[in-house]
Amino acid sequence: MSVFDSTETSLVAPSEGQSWLERIPIAYWVVGLILLIMPAIAGDFMLFQIFGWTFILGLIALGLMFLGGYGGMVSLAQMSIAGVGGYMVAIFGVSAIDTISLGWPWYVAIPIALIIAMLFGTLTGWLAVRTEGIYTIMITLAIAAAFFYFARQNYVMFNGFSGFNGVLPPMLFGVDWRGPAAFYYLTLFWAALGYLVVLYISRAPFGLALQGVRDNPRRMSALGYNVTAHRVAAYTFAALLAAIGGILLTWQSAQISPGTAGIGPAIDILVIAVIGGMRHPVGPFIGAFIYVILKTYAIDALVTLGLAGERFQLLIGIAFLVIVFWSPDGIIGLWDRLREDRKRDPLTGRGGEGP
Amino acid sequence: MNADLNGGSTISERLGATGTANALELKGVSKFFGALAALDDIDITVRPSERRAVLGSNGAGKTTLFNCVAGDFPATTGSIRFFGEDITQFPPHERIRRGLRRTYQISLLFTGLTVLDNIFLACVGVSRSRFSFLRPGRDDALMASAENLVRVVHLEDAKDEQVATLSYGQQRQLEIAIALAGAPRFILFDEPAAGLSPTERSELIEILIGLPAHMGFIIIEHDMDVALRVAESVSMMHNGRIFKEGSPAEIEDDPEVQALYLGGEDG
Repeated sequence: MSVFDSTETSLVAPSEGQSWLERIPIAYWVVGLILLIMPAIAGDFMLFQIFGWTFILGLIALGLMFLGGYGGMVSLAQMSIAGVGGYMVAIFGVSAIDTISLGWPWYVAIPIALIIAMLFGTLTGWLAVRTEGIYTIMITLAIAAAFFYFARQNYVMFNGFSGFNGVLPPMLFGVDWRGPAAFYYLTLFWAALGYLVVLYISRAPFGLALQGVRDNPRRMSALGYNVTAHRVAAYTFAALLAAIGGILLTWQSAQISPGTAGIGPAIDILVIAVIGGMRHPVGPFIGAFIYVILKTYAIDALVTLGLAGERFQLLIGIAFLVIVFWSPDGIIGLWDRLREDRKRDPLTGRGGEGP
Repeated sequence: MNADLNGGSTISERLGATGTANALELKGVSKFFGALAALDDIDITVRPSERRAVLGSNGAGKTTLFNCVAGDFPATTGSIRFFGEDITQFPPHERIRRGLRRTYQISLLFTGLTVLDNIFLACVGVSRSRFSFLRPGRDDALMASAENLVRVVHLEDAKDEQVATLSYGQQRQLEIAIALAGAPRFILFDEPAAGLSPTERSELIEILIGLPAHMGFIIIEHDMDVALRVAESVSMMHNGRIFKEGSPAEIEDDPEVQALYLGGEDG
């Protein structure tokens, strides 16, 4: 049950004489700086397609990491919730399908989209928390499949097979937010915010209690916690992350259709979270980056090798297998093990820093 | 908003509201596992500040009794009243929020957390901050009450240590601190002295005797010495039934009890 494996040992940081700014690890400064100056280095395609997509998928998978890593619940409905967020922005806001879209201003459409997506997530959670393990996966997969077919067959609200196109971000502050650099910063902002909030909550009463529920639900109940309510609330929070990701995803491709939230993408989110690692909120972003790189360049790589380009899914599958076999807790697990090996005494083989 | 949780006013207010009701009133409580009656028509009444020991051989149904009262699993038949309120159908967390507490025979602690954080988690559980997304500040009221409980169970020196590194005796002390979190009105101690060394045992007795006088409890204990020193009344259980109740002296002198404890029937 050593699952509160955070590097912080106590809730109240022993911060005498140190401001919170000084306590930020150096790696955060370096990564943060590189990400901030990225538009000066990278080209438009990198910014918009590679990084933008990475941050969006990472944000959606972050919700799954929160559920799975801290709550011990694996949901395949994250992408459907993202889809609901995207669809609702198209339905309540502006799109090219003006017979359905209500054309309300963004400051009305976006909050409504977020709220509806969170309600959908809460309902999913309310159904899913009654089950455990593989059954949670099955029930959320069923919900994902149901949403996909419903959206494809419903023409009154979801415009069926073709969905909505022309769904664009608002021209706020006179900036075209679909411009490569602007979109990069927009997605970076929400990804970073999501990351920091999840990191913060992991040590706040709600996050701690969620980890307690994962490790020992009976004990948490005997401490006065309503285990079911806590689990459902975790789904609601994960839905908020997914909904933000879903809206950004819709803006990126300027359209949303049933395929966005199909079974394939639903499973891809799980793959992303597992590749990156579910133990720390950075995992989903690492996983998303690997996934995006593979998905973008696998075709070229295969064609160069003289193989059929359409086999790119095979490459993603192989990469997934290799990572999972090599390190069941994803890239972060690999990283942790490498760091521990370095600390190990070469003679005794013992760890360098005590227990 | 959390300041009232550990204030004495809450307890006396609640006691006032429920008048002279008994802390615990079990009527005809039975628990069947298939055809096996683990509890067979139990009647127990415990006054609010009473300290009761439950004795009995292994398999007598003592822990099952606790599980039914705390709600870990429901009683098959019968009713359970807690300070006058019928809690028979309540889920565990609702019973805990009403001031009932229990400890576990096998410690169910969060071993990766520090002593203080374990107690803090227990304090949060019975507060309204359960769903708080905000980390505790340095002058957090719940954190302060957690710090206070660390002192009550004499764990000041181990406060910031991970629970996994504690001795068995210290883990039992921590288990008691967790049961004392919030504003407990009545506590169920499930063999708190099991596996303790003689020194740890006397420390435990000291902690139990030192609890506020208004705080009643039931203690399951194999060790007659511990049970009879902290309890003012005793219930003897055997085969899922209560077959004797009385003062410690009466129980000790009872020939039936002696026959049972000195190797009469099977356990």
